[in-house]
Amino acid sequence: MTLTIPRLRAKAARGRRRRPLTLVLATAFLVLVAAMGLLAPVLAPHSPDETSLLNALAPPGTEGHWLGTDSTGRDVLSRVMHGARLSLLAPLGVVLLSLVLGTAIGLLAARAGGWVDAVLSRGMDIVFAFPSLLLVILSVAVFGPGLTAPICVLAIAYTPFIGRVVRSVAIQEGARPYLESYRVMGFGELRVTLRHLLPNVLPVIIAQSALSFGYALVDLASLSYLGLGVRPPDADWGSMISQAQSAILQGSPWSGLMPGIAVLLTVVCVNLLGEHLGGSISGKRSEET
Amino acid sequence: MTMARTFATRLGLRALGAAVTILLASLLVYGSLFLMPGDPVLALTGGRRLTPEQIEALRHAYGFDRSFAQGYLDWAGGVLHLDFGTSLTYQSDVGALITSRLDVSAPLIAYAASLALLFGLGLALLSAVKGGRVNRAMAVVASTATATPPFVSAIVLLAVFAVGLGWFPSTGAGDGGPADRLWHLTLPAIAMALVSFGVLSRVGHAAFTEELRREHVEVARSRGVGGAALITRHVVRNALAPLVTVIGVLLVSLFAGTAVVETAFGLDGVGSLLISSVSRRDFPVVQGIALIAVVLFVIVNTLVDLVLPLVDPRAAAGRKAAP
Repeated sequence: MTLTIPRLRAKAARGRRRRPLTLVLATAFLVLVAAMGLLAPVLAPHSPDETSLLNALAPPGTEGHWLGTDSTGRDVLSRVMHGARLSLLAPLGVVLLSLVLGTAIGLLAARAGGWVDAVLSRGMDIVFAFPSLLLVILSVAVFGPGLTAPICVLAIAYTPFIGRVVRSVAIQEGARPYLESYRVMGFGELRVTLRHLLPNVLPVIIAQSALSFGYALVDLASLSYLGLGVRPPDADWGSMISQAQSAILQGSPWSGLMPGIAVLLTVVCVNLLGEHLGGSISGKRSEET
Repeated sequence: MTMARTFATRLGLRALGAAVTILLASLLVYGSLFLMPGDPVLALTGGRRLTPEQIEALRHAYGFDRSFAQGYLDWAGGVLHLDFGTSLTYQSDVGALITSRLDVSAPLIAYAASLALLFGLGLALLSAVKGGRVNRAMAVVASTATATPPFVSAIVLLAVFAVGLGWFPSTGAGDGGPADRLWHLTLPAIAMALVSFGVLSRVGHAAFTEELRREHVEVARSRGVGGAALITRHVVRNALAPLVTVIGVLLVSLFAGTAVVETAFGLDGVGSLLISSVSRRDFPVVQGIALIAVVLFVIVNTLVDLVLPLVDPRAAAGRKAAP
């Protein structure tokens, strides 16, 4: 690991000059959004639930309401800030759960081989073939509305994303002599896998997790947009857009466009980061082999 | 082994795999009734007031008065005869209900798929051949399209082209013949196709660029083959294999995308039927749509696996497609 990191950095610096700037901007935006969500109770200019029918559907730039107000006069900026909390936390839960599941299944499949590998790989193929949004909609049909069941189901749906990559990298790494030498030294299989193989698979896991985070954010926001996700009074960006639907049809689109822009920019930035991480890793791999 | 026998073996294995997947999924769809919190019949009725006779009929129809295995077998037997039960909201046959909604969903999916294929592959080819500035512009367009969720593109299209400019209707699927239907489905199809368009243009670009750099293209060029013949015969044909896989995945995701887009544009299709049935807890309809979706996905995936070796004989031989 200590050997590969400087090489990675050198490659990034040498390669494309323009990449770092977009990456810095993307990271800065994500930090800003996370901070906004975290500090929403302190920073938000208004309470997200404070209605004022006299001020309904004010356009962006209105005095006291930078991003305007929605159809019941609630401050859009404050609502976007508060909405960031659930919009970011829920996909984070999905990523963490699928990370644990995917890493465990991927490592187990790679190390056990044989029929264990065959069953696990086939299972991941099957889960992978189903669109995650559909699975999550069906989970609401069974378990009722709320975010807990969707988070668990999405974690299972995204497990193959991590599991497949971990499995293939672990098989590649497992064929290398250093692992065999640890085994010859008498270390147990579990210890070799967790202490020596896992750290080398970690960069791939991180890159894949970033991409999964973007997908999970979109799926959960879609679910809330469809009215099957968060329940009022809780709100995320998806449910804000859903509530703005009739205002959009009446010609005041801003209270819906603002959370839409928040979703779009967050996903673009997360994808940029994930692809850069994934790209530099695959670049490293092709360089070595 | 001869080509024909390899293909027959593959066909048999794939069919077996497909059957196992459908079996597992149908068990899950039936068994999910028992996962519901509380009495499955009460969950099934979703709080509706039913007479004791109706409840008894439901209990019998879903096999709750029998063992799990017997109940499943009876239910699956009905499904095999396309009997998905009766909708609790509409009081009509679930199969007929879904079929009637296909009038909107099928053209919508076909429309969106054509848009994504035409513009995605077109842009991919253009940027791969032109390179330079076109290439960089295409990369930005494609990654933005990929990252735009359908519900966001739907509200932007609604705000700009339906409400703002008034070029397209904002709700409904129209009832004035094919041209009217096409006009009504244009914005929904664009909203649905955007992600697939982005993915296709990126994957297509990568595949075409790789082929353009290969030696056989260089040789063909030096032989004087140029223009359209070079692109269709030497570049596109060899790049088909990775594209077939991606197109399969995209078709499946378009089917799931109908749920969001039909809801956003107020279309009465299968997707919006699924959403309204989930929120009204009309479980027979949800089960019917879920099963049809599973069968569709399995068919698409199996077809992709079977078409792949025809497009790229190297895949049939079990070797990796790219050297």
